Amino acid sequence: MTSSTATGRDAHGARSAPRRWSWAWLGVMPFFVFILFFLVYPSSTLVIGSFQDEAGHFTFANILGLSDPYILGAYEVSIRISVYSAVGGAIFGFLLAYAAVRGGLPSFVRSSMMTFCGVASNFAGIPLAFAFLATVGRMGIVTEVLSSIGLNPYDAGFSLYSVLGLSLVYMYFQFPLMVLIIAPAIDGLRQEWREAAENLGGSFLDYWRRVALPILTPSILGTTILLFGNAFGAYATAFVLTGGAISLVTLRIGDQLGGDVGNMSQGVGYAMALGMLVIMAISVAGYTILQRQSERWLK
Amino acid sequence: MRRGTFWSWLWIALGVIYFFVPLVGSFTFSLHAKLGVLSFKAYSDVLQDPNFRINFFASVAWALSTIVIGVLLFVPTAYWVRLKLPRVRPLVEFITLLPFVVPAIVLVYGLVRTFSRPPLMIVNSPFLLIFGYTIMSMPYMYRAVDTGLRAVDVPVLTEAAQSLGAGWVTIMLRVVFPNIRVAVLSGSFLTFAIVMGEYTLAQWLAKPAFGPYMALVALTKAYEPSACAIISFALTWAAMGIMQFVGRGAPGGAQVAGAH
Repeated sequence: MTSSTATGRDAHGARSAPRRWSWAWLGVMPFFVFILFFLVYPSSTLVIGSFQDEAGHFTFANILGLSDPYILGAYEVSIRISVYSAVGGAIFGFLLAYAAVRGGLPSFVRSSMMTFCGVASNFAGIPLAFAFLATVGRMGIVTEVLSSIGLNPYDAGFSLYSVLGLSLVYMYFQFPLMVLIIAPAIDGLRQEWREAAENLGGSFLDYWRRVALPILTPSILGTTILLFGNAFGAYATAFVLTGGAISLVTLRIGDQLGGDVGNMSQGVGYAMALGMLVIMAISVAGYTILQRQSERWLK
Repeated sequence: MRRGTFWSWLWIALGVIYFFVPLVGSFTFSLHAKLGVLSFKAYSDVLQDPNFRINFFASVAWALSTIVIGVLLFVPTAYWVRLKLPRVRPLVEFITLLPFVVPAIVLVYGLVRTFSRPPLMIVNSPFLLIFGYTIMSMPYMYRAVDTGLRAVDVPVLTEAAQSLGAGWVTIMLRVVFPNIRVAVLSGSFLTFAIVMGEYTLAQWLAKPAFGPYMALVALTKAYEPSACAIISFALTWAAMGIMQFVGRGAPGGAQVAGAH
């Protein structure tokens, strides 16, 4: 490379001694300093605080404090809603994506589907909660239409302010995200594989069970895990929709910020946040690993 | 119609229903502010509310500042990593994914607890909110920029510029930026869409913004929240629409999907 002479001061740079300090590092310092200050440092406050008592001494009491039924309950409900909306979103999103990509439909269906999904996956938080309240809330338009023909869903036990109701709302941003991520994977299924399976005497079902699904599984599983994390971290939608009627981990952390914590210590609040970080880290790691695996076949 | 196409249309139809019913529902609901007739009263009430203007334009300001900081921070970094430190790329890519691990509520919890005590008591500074948004939008902005750079031969362009006597600033402004304009724009519009509807950070850092305003309106009004939802949806739609429009034919396509 002649560029090393042209670019001056780090002429003896990276290539000759890969592990040594070089001046080129200065160029990425602003980025690393920024990350250190506004992402790593705040997160470490929470992590360190999880292992400290009020006086700053090391303790496991906060972590053990998570076993409080009130907190465990919040984790349980958070996990349940995340699983429901992730699995529901993944199944529905996959069927939609498959229909749009391989369903034999005109090509405008696919392009408009991708556009709609781009918008819908970003339509979340407060406005999403409002939209569902106005539609299937107790006073919502659809609820009124249904009750005028004697089918009030609230009489049948449905409630938007329940675990199932919240999962239904979350699915609004979950399935579009599934479509966006899984469509390229479905694209990667080659026509030849299908033909090869047919030439070998395989049926449609054989093709799916032995070829298509095994190839798509890492992608589908990985994206489902990502959707799980996506729902697990959601706060604003749940806050507006339930007004705190449902206990979620994110809402309990919000209580910490609002100072509405009863006799819960600050350390336990940190431990709750740590628990979230651990679960989110596992889910993002799972997604990354599975996505890498799926690239073996789907390039 | 083949049997396969029937099922495809059915799933698409269900998707369309899921997508549109809440929107049509809240639009219809928002028209009921005046008893007995359909009217745009809820919209005019919202638009004439001085608090709406304050909070809405505050969010616009947050969004634009976040975009400026993001571009200033991530474009030179991504460029430099490609040019000089290719072996740091996996590390930087890993870091740009970290915000997915830290949900908004946890991020703001950390920010509030960390910066409301010495040595750095900056919790009231508007910059803390902007920096928080920069972190939140990093996965989208950085990756958009990096994808844009992939299509550019960074070393060759740099050498060419340098042999003509260009300094680093000239290279950034007149060589790198013009070549990844589309990528920067799509990252910017996505950031704009994310920040405009954001609630959590603005609420707990106690700054004026559209998200907390909407939540407050919902406490006292019945129809205005639906009008806000429609306004917010129109904004998301506009941002994503422009993004797809400028991104036509761009390498790597547009990166979509935001934070909740």
